[in-house]
Amino acid sequence: MNALFSQEVPLIFYLLLSAALFALGIVGFLIKRNLITVFMSIELMLNGVNLSFVTFAHQWHAVKGQIFVFFVMMVAAAEAAVGLAIIIAVFRARATLAVDRIDLMKL
Amino acid sequence: MHLILFFLFAGFCLAGAINLLLQSHPINSALSLIVVMTSLAVLYLLLGAEFLAAAQIIVYAGAIMVLFTFVVMLLNAGREERTMGSRTWRAVGFPAVVAIFAVLATVILHTRQMGVAALSDGITTVDDLSRVLFHELLLPFEVTSVLILIAILGAVALARHGHGEPDGESERTVGK
Repeated sequence: MNALFSQEVPLIFYLLLSAALFALGIVGFLIKRNLITVFMSIELMLNGVNLSFVTFAHQWHAVKGQIFVFFVMMVAAAEAAVGLAIIIAVFRARATLAVDRIDLMKL
Repeated sequence: MHLILFFLFAGFCLAGAINLLLQSHPINSALSLIVVMTSLAVLYLLLGAEFLAAAQIIVYAGAIMVLFTFVVMLLNAGREERTMGSRTWRAVGFPAVVAIFAVLATVILHTRQMGVAALSDGITTVDDLSRVLFHELLLPFEVTSVLILIAILGAVALARHGHGEPDGESERTVGK
């Protein structure tokens, strides 16, 4: 760590951070018991993946990696809109957000 | 300087992610997720992706998280109840997560070709990005707009009040 004040950061650090965010997203998906928070964990995983896309785009000087992140953001926005609408519909039918009690597909 | 900024915002990022898991109230989790997304925007900026940094703040930290907090407040979501869940899946799930992270970390650490990022590296301007996006990738871009349109219609159809009720009922609701 004598290079703490150097001007460069190994891109491996960014990749490790993205792996950690992805793993934390999985943990959240497994342990959270609120439907909305489970959904937030999915967003966390998407963000982890986005970070590794940007890192690789920087490594290979490829603009397309960044454009892919742009598309992921658009899909995430669409997913959030539809997903939250589904959550509202489920809440209206079940009056609960606890995933343990939402265990049937039919209303 | 770059290393300090990286560790600072990577720390914010991980702290926000861990806080998201520890908080039991969904609104606190939503606010921690905003911290994660905003620090990721700074990291994108450090990697020279200025457009994505702006889009991250506008789309993720702005639009999506506003939607989340809105729904949390609309549904009046209280504290989540901690249930222990199934013991088998607890025994299988967490080692599986650790294994996934270990595999990812091993693969990453064994990569030889990864370079370094410095603040002096060139940034990808909106000009470079749009040149590729609107020349080579115009069709995917247009398809995305159709996807967004369908998502809007789907969200409205799903969240509309009185959905699934008899016709007279929904008309009465609309009439009010």
